[in-house]
Amino acid sequence: MRTGRLRDALVLAALVLYATPFFWQALTSVRPDAELLPLSHLLPSRLTPVHYDAVLRQSVMPRALLNSLGIALSSTLLAVGLGALAGYALARLPVPGRGVILLGMIAATAFPQIATVSPLYLLMRAAGLRDTWLALILANASFALPLVIWLLAGFIREIPRALEEAAAVDGAGRLAALRFVVLPLVAPGMASAALLAFLFSWNEFLFAYSFTATEASRTVPVALALFPGVFEVPWGDIAAASLLASLPPILIVVAFQRYLVRGLLAGALRE
Amino acid sequence: MSDRRLGWLLLAPALLLLGGLTVYPAIWVIWLSLQYRIPVFSISRWAGLAHYAFLAVDTRFWSAAGVTAAFAVASVALECGLGLGMALGLRGQRHGRRAAVALLLLAWALPSVVTAKMFEWLYHPAGGLVNFLLGGRPVNWLGDPALALPSLIAADVWRTTPFVALLCYARLLTIPAELYEAAEVDGAAGVQAFARITWPLVRPILLVALLFRTLDALRAFDLMFVLTGGGPAGTTETLTVYAYRALFQTLQVGFGSAIGVVVFALVMVVAVAYLRLIHRQEASA
Repeated sequence: MRTGRLRDALVLAALVLYATPFFWQALTSVRPDAELLPLSHLLPSRLTPVHYDAVLRQSVMPRALLNSLGIALSSTLLAVGLGALAGYALARLPVPGRGVILLGMIAATAFPQIATVSPLYLLMRAAGLRDTWLALILANASFALPLVIWLLAGFIREIPRALEEAAAVDGAGRLAALRFVVLPLVAPGMASAALLAFLFSWNEFLFAYSFTATEASRTVPVALALFPGVFEVPWGDIAAASLLASLPPILIVVAFQRYLVRGLLAGALRE
Repeated sequence: MSDRRLGWLLLAPALLLLGGLTVYPAIWVIWLSLQYRIPVFSISRWAGLAHYAFLAVDTRFWSAAGVTAAFAVASVALECGLGLGMALGLRGQRHGRRAAVALLLLAWALPSVVTAKMFEWLYHPAGGLVNFLLGGRPVNWLGDPALALPSLIAADVWRTTPFVALLCYARLLTIPAELYEAAEVDGAAGVQAFARITWPLVRPILLVALLFRTLDALRAFDLMFVLTGGGPAGTTETLTVYAYRALFQTLQVGFGSAIGVVVFALVMVVAVAYLRLIHRQEASA
């Protein structure tokens, strides 16, 4: 028993050590500028909020956070909404070519963004969508959609058919059964799919870097990659901006871990 | 309404979005790769296979292909080895499992641009933690052509090993303890139990993780683009970075698309291998 506890503590300590790059960035974000370069002591002599102050008051970060949040929430909603309908059709209805469509979904999850970015760029420009939220909402939703459909079709298939048939006996139609029986039961699965779609959009860089031009639509990763320095690189400010960019992913791995893990495993193991 | 028609109706919005923004661009990019397209000079004419013929003798392309292969092989091998090790370490965890998984997944869940910025600072010659811990020697990790690619691989391994670890950990938890007890009765413990029980059961999952990671390593872009920008002297320029530079910096839409198509083809070869594997595992299950 005692050795078991010791072992558990050691494993946790090793994992904290593994996360050092992140904690180091957190420490850098509150370290005074004078103690950043050169680095002479591991721990700073005092902690300071100046980097957060600079990022929140004098940089494009607040606007980028708003853009990222709006784009990620919208594309997640779009992907999960369309994905639930499509997933239900593939799981339950006699759609011809079902197998081919499902196979196409797996193939589409493997598409490299670098291959579709040039046609998408031309498409967005032709549609007058350059530098808009809508361009990224559509691009990110379509990129996440194959995985969302695959996950939801699988989760819906796990629901016993008898429940739906009971609703049909009560005189409810297919759509009513979908609305009142299937969707509530598959809600945890939808949460898993939504978390993965949200993370994808929040972290997405290539589309955002290519389709945006100003702070009207620049997302957090783009703002961070382009973080300006006047005479020297503002490492403290960059660290503070990184921490702000990390908040939603941290919230997800801490508070919604169960759903995230379930989605990840179902997505990878395809059972 | 018949179930069949309802099915198509429910599928239609998703298929329209995918058709317009995924399938159509995937076909269009092949068409683009067969043309000279340089919008700033209003150049747009048929090129046939000229871009591909040029790639065949383009030293920068072959260098990028070599970097991509080295990056994929080294990072995937390290990720699978370390990931399995981490999963074995985590398996016996009784207390603090949630905290352990949160710490594990943190690295995976962060935006790759954040990871790039974090490692850029860790590797900083004068202000970085790495050199400080090595006793203050001013090693230029990202500026030295011999060190840049290994440094980049280390950052990728840090970021994605947790994914492999999670898959293996989930598999390990499903192995019943009785199997090990029975093996112990037979006198098999430690390494022998690992070879006889753990390895055969974990291997299929590890293979899936390996293919997944290979897919991602071949199409990786963010980390190298932000961390090293392909430098120094092109030693970290992957095919994706080369394609991006051709597309958006020298604005050769046709040529850049041709490199994109090559990445596409490579990824699809791995994807087909993956599908066949799934098929075989389903058939044997």
